[in-house]
Amino acid sequence: MAKPVKDPLTGAETTGHVWDDDLQEFNNPLPRWWLWTFYATFVFAFVYWVIYPSWPFFGTYTKGIGNSISYKTDAGEEKTTHWNTRALLANELQTGSTAMRQKEYLAKVAAAPYEQIVENTDMSAFVRSYGKGIFGDYCAACHQSGGQGVPGLFPNLVDDDWLWGNSPEQIEYTIVNGRHGFMPAFRETFNDQQLDDVANYVLGLSGLAADPVKASQGELIFKGETGGCYYCHTKDATGMYSQGAANLTDKIWTVANVSPRQSEEKNLAAVKSVIANGIQRQMPAWSSRLNPTEIKVLVAYLKQISGAD
Amino acid sequence: MFKHESVETSSALLVILTLVAISIGGLVEVVPLHYIDDTVEQVNDPETGLEMVRPYTPLELRGRDIYLREGCYTCHSQMIRPFRDEDLRYGHYSLAAESRYDHPFQWGSKRTGPDLARVGGKYSNEWHVAHLKAPRSVVPESIMPNYPWLLEQPLRYADIQERMLALKRVGVPYSLSRLEYEGGTTEEGTPVVGNLETFGPDVAPLLDINQAEANLVAQAETGNYDGDPAHLTEMDALVAYLQMLGTLVDFKKFDEDHFIQAR
Repeated sequence: MAKPVKDPLTGAETTGHVWDDDLQEFNNPLPRWWLWTFYATFVFAFVYWVIYPSWPFFGTYTKGIGNSISYKTDAGEEKTTHWNTRALLANELQTGSTAMRQKEYLAKVAAAPYEQIVENTDMSAFVRSYGKGIFGDYCAACHQSGGQGVPGLFPNLVDDDWLWGNSPEQIEYTIVNGRHGFMPAFRETFNDQQLDDVANYVLGLSGLAADPVKASQGELIFKGETGGCYYCHTKDATGMYSQGAANLTDKIWTVANVSPRQSEEKNLAAVKSVIANGIQRQMPAWSSRLNPTEIKVLVAYLKQISGAD
Repeated sequence: MFKHESVETSSALLVILTLVAISIGGLVEVVPLHYIDDTVEQVNDPETGLEMVRPYTPLELRGRDIYLREGCYTCHSQMIRPFRDEDLRYGHYSLAAESRYDHPFQWGSKRTGPDLARVGGKYSNEWHVAHLKAPRSVVPESIMPNYPWLLEQPLRYADIQERMLALKRVGVPYSLSRLEYEGGTTEEGTPVVGNLETFGPDVAPLLDINQAEANLVAQAETGNYDGDPAHLTEMDALVAYLQMLGTLVDFKKFDEDHFIQAR
């Protein structure tokens, strides 16, 4: 082997190659720490290959040694398999420390009636935090993080006004099966005069300024067969849970953008537009995503944030 | 001792060793492709035996094209990993089978927005329309851009058959001939399993290239995804696509063990 060539100026080792008379290349070794780290990754890889599933091998693969995972099947049978993330997840959901703590509370909540959940400090604290998580994931996109909804699109859940009923059973049914809110469009049925009359009547129900003559005409349409509004809203206009029909006398406006603070024309236009165009709203069914206990937690959480009965 | 210099100064040795290095890299990338079918779970309905994961319907396919065009994948993944936090937030982890007809797959690599692998059925059509038009109208803290033109642009679908043919060429089982639809035997006597048998009578017609345009219009009309039945817009297609994501496999019909055993 040739003697190392040194650069006369710096004394550093060069590769010995010379181009263009005097152009040379230093032969600097890699830093020691870097080289050893590099070799260490080789060792790590070999250890990893032995312990974890790694090398594919004609339709199967090496499954790892001394690294098995136990989990329970849905049927309750205990199984042990080679390390894999799916079994690891099942194991963690079944026996992980957080899952176990939650399971204890979930079992309590599942067994208790709603009154007891709300009264018990422990359970209601659990519902408040666990329910908030579920609500944030599944409900907040439409009903907003505080449950305040989006006017005209998604109902407000904290205004004490319930379209489909406020008992735990009714709320539970709403979540499990979803709801299809529907009011027919009356733009073909009513002429503009009739639309105006009915809108005046509806505004008058909430004590908002309305033309008394028009309102009395509107009442006839509302309670008669021309409009047939009373089928769903009832003759008292107090609404009907089974149809998701709003109570029109409680001064809470669930769809039309009506407020005593804005001008009469604006309010009238808002109500007329709802009557003319009708309502089509859909709430998805959640039974395929949430299990019965999670739905129960959610209902209890809703009772907490909304003050439902 | 072996010196790198000896490799650099012998061209024969350099060529041989370069070939060895490239072959290892090539084999590691190429060989697994030949065994990829082994890694895809069989997901057949336990009651009917039909395959649960189907190719996209024509309308969903156009929706998927718009998803790609708008670059949704740069911020949204479609891959729920088998971790506890993801299971709790998004639902069951994604199966390999669920993206078997995706070319290219939409797993994504970064979540600026949430994962969309199981967004289907999670929100109503109205929500999707409001959200795509102006995300902050329903999610105040959102940083997603507005996509108002989706509601205005009519959906172009004159080339839907070509799009399906292209996918058929890379292995998506859209049917073109009667044989591919109904099954039977070829003239040479090779048995062919038709879509009717694989996917059932409800799904098979949707995968028929010959009926593509009619199917697309019919689905948009019945679905009324954008809330405006009079116009077939790009919003119809995109919402139809979003509403089916992750809904094909009904996990209630399976013991979790079934999917663990596939690993």
